[in-house]
Amino acid sequence: MSGILVFVEHAAGEADRLSREALVLAGSLAAAAGAEVEAVLFGADAAGVGAGLGEQGVRTAHVVEDPRLGAYAPAAWAVAIVELIVARGPVAVIAGGSERGNEVLAHVAARTGRPMAANVVDVTVAATQGDPWHLTRQRWAGSLLEDAELRADVQLLTVAPHVITVDESGGAPGGAPAASVVRFEPSVDDRDLVGRVTGHEAPKGGAISLADAKVVVSGGRGVGSAEGFGILEELAGLLGGAVGGSRVVTSNGWRPHSDQVGQTGLRIAPDLYVACGISGAIQHIVGCKAAKRILAINTDPDSPIMGVADYAVIGDLHQIVPAISAEIRRRSAPD
Amino acid sequence: MEILVCVKRVPATGGRITLTPHGQEIDTRYLGFTISPHEECGVEEAVRIVEAQGGSTAVLTLGPIAAEEQLRDAMAVGIDRAILLETDGREFDPVATASAIVEAVRAQEASHAPFDLLIFGTEAADTGGFQVGIRVAVALGRPIVSGIKSLTVRDGMVVARREAPGGGWETCEVPLPAVVSVKEGLNLPRYPSVPGRLRAKRKEIERLTPAWSRTGPVKLGLRVPEAEGAPVEILGRGPEAASAVVDLLERIGVLAS
Ligand SMILES: Cc1cc2nc3c(=O)[nH]c(=O)nc-3n(C[C@H](O)[C@H](O)[C@H](O)COP(=O)(O)OP(=O)(O)OC[C@H]3O[C@@H](n4cnc5c(N)ncnc54)[C@H](O)[C@@H]3O)c2cc1C
Ligand SMILES: Nc1ncnc2c1ncn2[C@@H]1O[C@H](COP(=O)(O)O)[C@@H](O)[C@H]1O
Repeated sequence: MSGILVFVEHAAGEADRLSREALVLAGSLAAAAGAEVEAVLFGADAAGVGAGLGEQGVRTAHVVEDPRLGAYAPAAWAVAIVELIVARGPVAVIAGGSERGNEVLAHVAARTGRPMAANVVDVTVAATQGDPWHLTRQRWAGSLLEDAELRADVQLLTVAPHVITVDESGGAPGGAPAASVVRFEPSVDDRDLVGRVTGHEAPKGGAISLADAKVVVSGGRGVGSAEGFGILEELAGLLGGAVGGSRVVTSNGWRPHSDQVGQTGLRIAPDLYVACGISGAIQHIVGCKAAKRILAINTDPDSPIMGVADYAVIGDLHQIVPAISAEIRRRSAPD
Repeated sequence: MEILVCVKRVPATGGRITLTPHGQEIDTRYLGFTISPHEECGVEEAVRIVEAQGGSTAVLTLGPIAAEEQLRDAMAVGIDRAILLETDGREFDPVATASAIVEAVRAQEASHAPFDLLIFGTEAADTGGFQVGIRVAVALGRPIVSGIKSLTVRDGMVVARREAPGGGWETCEVPLPAVVSVKEGLNLPRYPSVPGRLRAKRKEIERLTPAWSRTGPVKLGLRVPEAEGAPVEILGRGPEAASAVVDLLERIGVLAS
């Protein structure tokens, strides 16, 4: 086929956001390479999701419904993709820049001895078959870009998260034709199933998750202690938001690691990110730069956070944060 | 338990990155060096498992001779011995890195004892390739669990937990010998003690010379992404600025007015 094969992750009947980003990149490469986009999906409801991918430009959705591969099984999923590579001869296999996207593709790469490029942001397809593709990929979680060449019969790429814009309107009006669903049964043996997910714990309900919060009030070393986060909690509560932090606060044990924003923590995209006593190290910034707006509260007007913030208040967060909460209360109180 | 942890020396970049004139490297003249926080947690986990269950730990890095610093840092917090796969400064791609590590593991297992567990970071701090651990596991024919934030070793099994995509946690169990790639949050690494540092300083480091090869991706050059957006707007100084802040919150609609 000489197509482009995309590994599509899905939940609740819909393709995941990062997989849709991969589909957008695949679409533009397919146009350049004169190829068609095909998808591969796993799980009981894969056929429904796969058929719906027509709107994202997918012609054929390869669907694996084998119940042994229903739960995430990275090595076995990779075996299935390797089988598809042999059967379909795609010029590239692309996955989203999720944990699973990177993991499954790395298994494919390892099994077939091919190179792989993770967190790609831009690709130029070679004009002549057999020449290397040019790509730009992220280093340091996006603080740095690398221009690179990748020479391979099948390009294995994952797409850096939140760089490629996805059309949220749901594709062309009138609707594109549904993708044709092709079921296939990969020959997976028990050894490939080792390492699959065998247990699941539901998330604790209640609090607004840091990943989804519209407002995040985040603290760094300047907060000074675990107790110091009380005033950040209060402000976050008034704004219906969540509390985050820098690596310094999680390494000091002031907050759990699940609150960490940055390269080795969460990458989030709230409407407003309030950085209190955070200096703005690049490894922190990559976690919050997708926010619509950043408000910095810092004693140091020259700290690097000022280079990325949209708004700032200069001064001691221990006075400023409670003053903001008090002002919100004052304005919302009935006169 | 015999455990090997693989770590990578990277510059400790801070507020912004400066490149060398030809854009091939980060200008490290004014920078210190470190390893990824993921790998720090890997080192700590290895030390804890062996403290609790007995055995011995080793740390391995592939890098220039200066990377001995990162090996000694690991020994300062309790790793028993260290192996340097010494490079001549050329960058090794993930395929070459993984094959050099596989070869070293085989040699170490022949001369010492087989490793029950190999620990990697999920991704290196600098290149973020997301693959070396998986390549090593596949080459050695051992199971791997990636991206884990909690680890228990008992009865010849690794029970690993990681955050599930939609929230919550998922569990995987694999038999030893196994490979894991870990993430920060797995534990809170200890700080080295002064005696620990002194002991680490005196230890021998085993040195090997790995073979360089090139599969890709082949680096052409590096670029610092362009800064986006307008300069910062200072809303005020001190608590008196609260009113201007709340005006902003109302204006951008994060505060129901
Ligand atoms: C590979 C790697 C990965 C990393 N990953 C992450 C990551 O995921 N997330 C992360 O955050 N970091 C990460 N780091 C660490 C990062 O480099 C910085 O060390 C860290 O972000 C600094 O945290 P901070 O801003 O809280 O502390 P500091 O840099 O110490 O800054 C404290 C700031 O608080 C201000 N301040 C002090 N007192 C007050 C006060 N009373 N009121 C107001 N302001 C005050 C100071 O002016 C200063 O700007 C990583 C590092 C490496 C090498
Ligand atoms: N040069 C190296 N020396 C030792 N271990 C490495 C090296 N490069 C990568 N690794 C290990 O492999 C993991 C994943 O790296 P990567 O696939 O390059 O992102 C890292 O976190 C390290 O544990």
